[in-house]
Amino acid sequence: MSDGLSVELAHYLSVSGIIFGIGIAVALSKRNAIAVLMGIELMLNAVNLAFIAFARLGGNFEAAGGDPLAGHVFVVFVLTVAAAEAAVALALAVLVYRRRETVDLDRITLMRW
Amino acid sequence: MESPGIIAAFWLLSAVTVGGALAVFLSRNLIHAVVFLVLSFLGMAGLFLTLSADFIAVAQILIYAGAVSILMVFAVMLTPMSARDNSNSLYVVPGVLLGAIVAAGVAFIAVDVEWPVLADLDADRFPTTVSAIGDLVLGRYLLAFEVASVLLLAALIGAIMLVREDEAA
Repeated sequence: MSDGLSVELAHYLSVSGIIFGIGIAVALSKRNAIAVLMGIELMLNAVNLAFIAFARLGGNFEAAGGDPLAGHVFVVFVLTVAAAEAAVALALAVLVYRRRETVDLDRITLMRW
Repeated sequence: MESPGIIAAFWLLSAVTVGGALAVFLSRNLIHAVVFLVLSFLGMAGLFLTLSADFIAVAQILIYAGAVSILMVFAVMLTPMSARDNSNSLYVVPGVLLGAIVAAGVAFIAVDVEWPVLADLDADRFPTTVSAIGDLVLGRYLLAFEVASVLLLAALIGAIMLVREDEAA
């Protein structure tokens, strides 16, 4: 840590953690299934920010034999998985809506005993 | 990174990103929530740019701010009879509590730990990221790349199969 007037790794990680927390709050507390998916996308985005911040600012990584851009490659894979997950989850939401006329998670109680 | 431009950009883009994410939670309309989500994604792309991750920033704008948000608007439009008020369920208190605990915990750890950082932060570390990412994806991470392509194909076919109208009916 140097003087306060510079942007450090800790700043980026703090922003990442805050966005991840907001994503958890959205995913856990919304009633609409599509809003829950928005929270999950926010969480994935926060993780991407942490990856990129470590790739740019983290030390002792190339010395250990790692690729300096491995974090970027991981983010590419996270983007891929997030896109696939969004497509399938939204298809599921539309399918549930067709059967039940709602995507309200409090009213989808088929599996409650 | 101590250039004043980077510092100003970091604080501005962080405010946009966190504010957009908060507005997703607080917004009283589902379509508005999607718009604020796009704002948050764009701010995140700007944060990637301050970390000299140009390819990832453009991919973020294309995939998240473009494709995923369009999918979400489509899903909202295709469920017209459901509630649009972005309301909270019974789990709002534990959800917000858990989110606050995680955010505060990660922020505390991020500030508290002495991370091993690079010696010269202002050095031009990645002259070109695109070719290096391409080399890695088709080299060391080739297997993951192929698996990702199969995953995308499976998701494509799965999404079509799920929402297809039943022909027999």
